[in-house]
Amino acid sequence: MSSHNHNHVHTIADDIKDKTFQDVSLCYQCGKCSAGCPVRYYMDVAPNKVVRLIQLGFYEEALKSTTPWLCAGCLTCTSRCPQEFDLAKFMDAVREIAIEKGVDVKSKDILKFHKAFLHQIQHHGRAYEVGLVAEYKMMTMHLFADVDSSPGMLLKGKLKVLPHNIKDKESVRKIFKKTAKK
Amino acid sequence: MKIGVFICHCGENIGRTVDCPRVAKACEMLPGVEVSIDYKYMCSDPGQNLIKKEIIDKKLDAIVVGSCSPHMHEKTFRKAAVAAGINPFLVEISNLREHCSWVHDDIELATEKAIGLVRMSVEKVKRNQPLTTIEVPITKRTLVIGGGIAGIQAALDVANAGYEVVLVEKEPSIGGHMSQLSETFPTLDCSQCILTPRMVEVYQHPKIKMMTYSEVDKVEGFIGNFTVTIRNKARHIDESKCTGCGECITKCPIKKKAYNSFEENLAYRPAVYVPFPQAVPNIPVIDETVCTHYKNGKCGICVKVCGREAIDFDQQDRIVTEEVGAIIMATGYKLYNIDKKPDDSIYKGYGEYGYGKYKDVVDGLQFERIASASGPTEGEFKRPSDSKEPKKIVFIQCVGSRDESKGFSYCSKICCMYTAKHAMLYKHKVHDGEAYVFYMDIRSGGKMYDEFVRRAIEEDGVKYIRGRVSKITEEDGKYIVKGEDTLAGMPITIEADMVVLATAMVAQPDASALAQTVGIPYDKHGFFNEAHPKLRPIESTTGGVFLAGACQSPKDIPESVAMASAAAAKAMVLFGSDKLEREPVVAKVLADLCAGCFACRKVCPYGAVEIRDVITRDGIVIKQIAYVNEGLCQGCGTCTATCPSKSIELAGFNNEEIFAQIAAL
Amino acid sequence: MKVGYFPGCSQTGTAREYDLSLRKVIEKLGTSFDEVKDWSCCGATSAHVTNHKLANALAMRNVMLAEQQGLDDLVAPCAACYNRLVSSQHEVKQHPEIKAEVESILETKFQKDVKVMNLIELFMKIGTEKITENRKRELKNLKVACYYGCLLVRPAEITKFDDAEQPTSMEMLVELTGAKTVDWNSKVECCGAAHSIARRDIVIDLSKKILDDAKRHGANLMVVACPMCHTNLDMRQTIMKREFPEYKEFPVLYLTELLGLALGMDEKELGIDLHTVKFKYNELAAETAAV
Repeated sequence: MSSHNHNHVHTIADDIKDKTFQDVSLCYQCGKCSAGCPVRYYMDVAPNKVVRLIQLGFYEEALKSTTPWLCAGCLTCTSRCPQEFDLAKFMDAVREIAIEKGVDVKSKDILKFHKAFLHQIQHHGRAYEVGLVAEYKMMTMHLFADVDSSPGMLLKGKLKVLPHNIKDKESVRKIFKKTAKK
Repeated sequence: MKIGVFICHCGENIGRTVDCPRVAKACEMLPGVEVSIDYKYMCSDPGQNLIKKEIIDKKLDAIVVGSCSPHMHEKTFRKAAVAAGINPFLVEISNLREHCSWVHDDIELATEKAIGLVRMSVEKVKRNQPLTTIEVPITKRTLVIGGGIAGIQAALDVANAGYEVVLVEKEPSIGGHMSQLSETFPTLDCSQCILTPRMVEVYQHPKIKMMTYSEVDKVEGFIGNFTVTIRNKARHIDESKCTGCGECITKCPIKKKAYNSFEENLAYRPAVYVPFPQAVPNIPVIDETVCTHYKNGKCGICVKVCGREAIDFDQQDRIVTEEVGAIIMATGYKLYNIDKKPDDSIYKGYGEYGYGKYKDVVDGLQFERIASASGPTEGEFKRPSDSKEPKKIVFIQCVGSRDESKGFSYCSKICCMYTAKHAMLYKHKVHDGEAYVFYMDIRSGGKMYDEFVRRAIEEDGVKYIRGRVSKITEEDGKYIVKGEDTLAGMPITIEADMVVLATAMVAQPDASALAQTVGIPYDKHGFFNEAHPKLRPIESTTGGVFLAGACQSPKDIPESVAMASAAAAKAMVLFGSDKLEREPVVAKVLADLCAGCFACRKVCPYGAVEIRDVITRDGIVIKQIAYVNEGLCQGCGTCTATCPSKSIELAGFNNEEIFAQIAAL
Repeated sequence: MKVGYFPGCSQTGTAREYDLSLRKVIEKLGTSFDEVKDWSCCGATSAHVTNHKLANALAMRNVMLAEQQGLDDLVAPCAACYNRLVSSQHEVKQHPEIKAEVESILETKFQKDVKVMNLIELFMKIGTEKITENRKRELKNLKVACYYGCLLVRPAEITKFDDAEQPTSMEMLVELTGAKTVDWNSKVECCGAAHSIARRDIVIDLSKKILDDAKRHGANLMVVACPMCHTNLDMRQTIMKREFPEYKEFPVLYLTELLGLALGMDEKELGIDLHTVKFKYNELAAETAAV
């Protein structure tokens, strides 16, 4: 991606560079990240392969993969990469771009979970677990999952039935507004 | 004074941006200039003949050549001047290329600048003194620091040409890392079999003075005239009496306190020891740190059994000085250690591979000792933890190499080859064993090298997996190696019995200190710097010091041997003449003006400023002044710039000359 | 001694006992908390995963509040909150354009550095001598597997705390209680983290591997310093029991609960009875001694 070329078209690889402050050409495909990734077995495209797809310009394949969604953010890859390429940050960027571009994401449940989670923060300022689970169940229709743990949690006082609202809710709502994706 | 000005077009290099004919015309007008001409290629034969003709015809006293950098052709033009009868130091070069045409675009301004530059040189040359080159004698002896294969080769080459060599080796025996190897690639020759004859040749050579268990303490002097101070460390054995019978070693009761570094810490050695049976010289050393005698004065068994009374507990280090003309650095390398490093180290060690806590995760040299017939397992493949034969070995390449985050950015060059060799040696002995190699690339660029690696894969069934290993953990005596095959795009986990890491080749830990002692530059990794990476890979930037082997950069044995012979040749080039010519650009103290503050002495990087007493006729010292040793002075000019009373002048660049240049601007 | 306190959302909910035991322990050690007033979500988990700007802004809002409150340091007992806060601080420091962006979103200007600590750093700051001085009982017959998880130690350049591959700081604290620690292979392996709800199968797989590894290395107890890890490793054992009939339960404690026991408090006081997997020190110690 030459920045000296004045006719340069801004690509997704450039988007990623803007977001992560590092160029994908750093990766020399050694595979150490994929070798140490704890969720590697669940991914359809190996983590290093996602980087390879971006390097080669196969953006759609990269953005459609389940890989960034299954990423647990454990940072094992980032801490072991010999080129000091922050792969976790790269995955963050791929995820964000997938959302921005409205890509038909395969891991729909995971995205819905995050949406539900953020909804709670936006409204209450803090995570309100009952609300989160309720909203998530509504979005995904997985009505009976985790039902086993809820009564126990309620009895132990671990689930607050009513949400706690922070005083300055407005400041958090403002943050959401200012950082909303167009 | 009649001066000739010669402006070179340098083809298009100068001519494209500087209007050379105009410059030549303008310079005709300068006071003192007798003739001013331009020509396309001044450095060529016709160009030089042109200069010589003008000097003779016009009876010129001095010349100014407007051309490329003096680095390129100052010598050429000085030779031409001498041929025509002028002193070579009455030649000034005006750099119209690097300082003018190559850095500007505007023709008008560049030409004006060129005229100015030539004017400056004309004014300077008017004040130049006709200097004579300094002749310095040459000591035709060579010091070789390091007794590994490179040092041995260099020493033999120089000695066989008839010149004396002093070979200094810090270990008790010469041989270096090559003596630790089991077999060498690509021929699978037994390493010691091809090395030990050379070691003996060095030992017996009439022209080689071999000093083992010794280190270089100080180096003074300059090319052709070095004075080296060498410390012969105390072995506590009288070398003149010892026959190498080995009785002391056999009878020494301290058997398990010290690790044998030759065996890469896989075996112990007694307090009195030789590093390996074929050591040259075969004279033991007493390790004071573990020997009982030095703790409480007791024991002394070795004294009792020595038939020659060669044990000398009170022996002291011996300091000797040697005069040499050339120095060859052949100090070799060490392997990167994956152990945990201190917090302030820039290298981190490999925590994901266990920080060295797993006994069966070994490095390349340790594996060599295991494979070696004279090693701690006598050539049988037995793993360090329980001496069982490993049925599955994983080899991991690029540990510490090509790794900015934990190690070094460079490639260590030899690991791909020696890993293939290791896998092959293992498969040759353990037929039902499985060998896996995790690699990133295969770098096998030598003669018959790639074929060697293919042999490992195609004939010996070694499985190569393209990808790096993320983590090694131990479970019940097995090593779980988690890697990835990027070619198949799948994770690979292997339960290995043993893991061999191809760790990076790094500079010796004391390399930078030694470089400072000798006075040569080194890079950020501790490797010694060559004068030019392409065209002068054997010489260091310090005159008279040459580089051989892995101390300059990672390389294999054939390259080290070639480089050693090349370094020997360079030394012999030096010895080809009887006298060394040095540029007379040296500093000189104006004795009447010097106040004796010795600021110059403090700043001189070469230690060339001495203290001289000024005495009356009755022998009373009235003051002390500075004096520059012309032999050591390199003409850097630091003292000249420092002197607060302007009492030092640099020949060829004295104050008058410089001020004239400035005034001419 | 007073230390700034950022509880994080779990402390008031699913990790109630963590908050409880933490407050009780520091009180016994002569320290008190100055809680960040009106703190909000730190931006970890979902914000961090879907909107980087939002994550930075949410995290730095709390750092801003801490600064305004005059706090010099801040302890975040949840490893995810801790990591989010220090990562955002790091990014703001490294990239002036990010700093400007965050300051504009929050309508503030950052003046000073607030030091964000994790739980272990808090105890280092309080001082190990304080723990030794106040220890009321020696926790014998405990063989503890210290589980660090991912976010306490990685990435090493940002957390600048302990070794990222073979850490030992938690072991040091645990051994002050008299318990022994074991050397095991999954100290920094991931438990599955926030996949707990949407991809429970991943969490079961990863967390069970960790528990099995601890058992294999002879541990009879696991100690953690992160509420997400605790949920995955403790609460999810119910499902592990269901899916794997031969599975045996394994107690998981918060570091603060273990310290609390050593400082003389009992399981009920510390909230240990709120765990899914039951733990009673006397019973476990007796069982181990009998073997």
